[in-house]
Amino acid sequence: MQISALDALAKSVGSNRIVRGKAITSIVGDPDLSPAEERRFRKRLVVKALEALRTPVEDQLVV
Amino acid sequence: MTTLRVVHYLNQFFAGIGAEDKADAPPGHREGPIGPGRVLQQLLGDRGEVVATVHCGDNYAGEKRGAIDEIVGLIATYRPDILIAGPAFSAGRYGLACGEVTLRARERLGVVAVTGMHVDNAATEVYRTRLHIASTQRTAVGMADGLAIMARLALKLAAGTALGSPADEGYVPTGRRIFEVAEQPAPLRAVEMLLRKVRGEPYTTEWPVPRYHRVPAAPPLGDLAKATIALVTTGGLVPAGNPDRLESGFATKWLRYSIAGVDSLPPERWQSVHGGFNTSRINEDPHRVLPLDVARELEREGVIGRLHPEFFSTTGNTSVIPTMRRFAHEMAGELRAAGVDGVILTST
Repeated sequence: MQISALDALAKSVGSNRIVRGKAITSIVGDPDLSPAEERRFRKRLVVKALEALRTPVEDQLVV
Repeated sequence: MTTLRVVHYLNQFFAGIGAEDKADAPPGHREGPIGPGRVLQQLLGDRGEVVATVHCGDNYAGEKRGAIDEIVGLIATYRPDILIAGPAFSAGRYGLACGEVTLRARERLGVVAVTGMHVDNAATEVYRTRLHIASTQRTAVGMADGLAIMARLALKLAAGTALGSPADEGYVPTGRRIFEVAEQPAPLRAVEMLLRKVRGEPYTTEWPVPRYHRVPAAPPLGDLAKATIALVTTGGLVPAGNPDRLESGFATKWLRYSIAGVDSLPPERWQSVHGGFNTSRINEDPHRVLPLDVARELEREGVIGRLHPEFFSTTGNTSVIPTMRRFAHEMAGELRAAGVDGVILTST
C-alpha cells in the first residue's frame, strides 16, 4: 500500500491501496502539532495503512 | 546517389523456416530479401538494396547465451549501412529479439538500425527510449504500413535528416524533448484545443497522459499479528552525508539500509536528498517520511508480527517510469523472497 500526500497521483499511476498523507513535505507527520501529538497522528496513519493492507480490494481503495 | 546496403532481420516464421516447432532454430542467413523483405525492397526503391536476410528462431534468440552476438556477427559479414528488424507487431519474444539486435547492431556496427512493433508490445517499453521503433498494428495485417515507416525512418536517419515528431513520422515516442518555436503562445493554443474539443472536432494534445499498466491488487493480509511488514520510501531518505550518493532526481538506483534493532531515526543521522520539494521538515524529523518510530511501537505491541529489518529508499522525482518499474520489480522480488507480507510505501 502507499501513503501519499498526492493521492490523485498515486491513483493515476495505479496504486491499489492508498492512504492520504499529511503533506508532500511531511507525509506521515504534522509539524504544527506537539511532538507527542504528532507521534499519535503518525501512529493513526500507519494503523490506517495496515487496515488498508487487510482490506480486500477490487477497485482502487483511497482512505 | 549511392545505393545503401540493407540487412533485414526476421524470426523463423517470417523467414519461412517454420512455425512454433522451429522456434529453436539457430541463426541463419541468405542473400537478398525473403518474404516481407521483398516488400521492403520495393519500398526502398533504388535508395537501398536488401543484400541479405538474417533470421533466428524466437526461442533461440531469447534463451541461448550469445544468440544476439551470433546474429549481429552474421549481420556484420554483409557490411550493411542499415539494419531493419521485423516488424514484430505484438509478438513479445520476437519484439525483444528485434529490440536487442537493433540496439547492438547500432552500437557495435555503427549502422543505422530501426525496428517496428505495436506500442503495447512489452519490448516497446524496454527499448523505446533507446531506439527508433516504427509504430505498427498488432498483427501482420499491418506489414506493408509498418515496413513503409521503417524504410522511411531508416533512409532519413542514414541521410542525416532530422526526424519530425513521432506522430508525423510514425514512430513510438522516444521521450526526447525537442524545443521548437510555436506560431502561437500556449494560452491561444489551449483555448483553440478546448474549442475544438467542445465542438467535437479532432484535436491533437501536446501532452498525452502517460499510460500506466494496472497491477492487480494483492490479496488482503490475513492476521496482521503474524505479518512481516516492510517500510519503503521514495522520499530520498539516506544516512547523513548521503554516502551512497543517491540522486536528488532522475534516480538510477534504490538503496537498502538496516533498521535492525533501531527504534528511531535521529535527524543528525538521517536526511532526505529529494530535490523536488523543501526537505527541511523531514530533516528536522525523518519520521515524517519513514514512520519507523510508530512501526516499531506497533511491532512491540504485537499489532504486527515483525518489522522487516531493512528499509528501501529511492528518490521519486523527475523519475523515468521504466526505471521505476524496474526498481519496483527488484524491490518486490527481494521483499517476497525475504518473507515480507505487506509493504508501506511512503511517497512525497
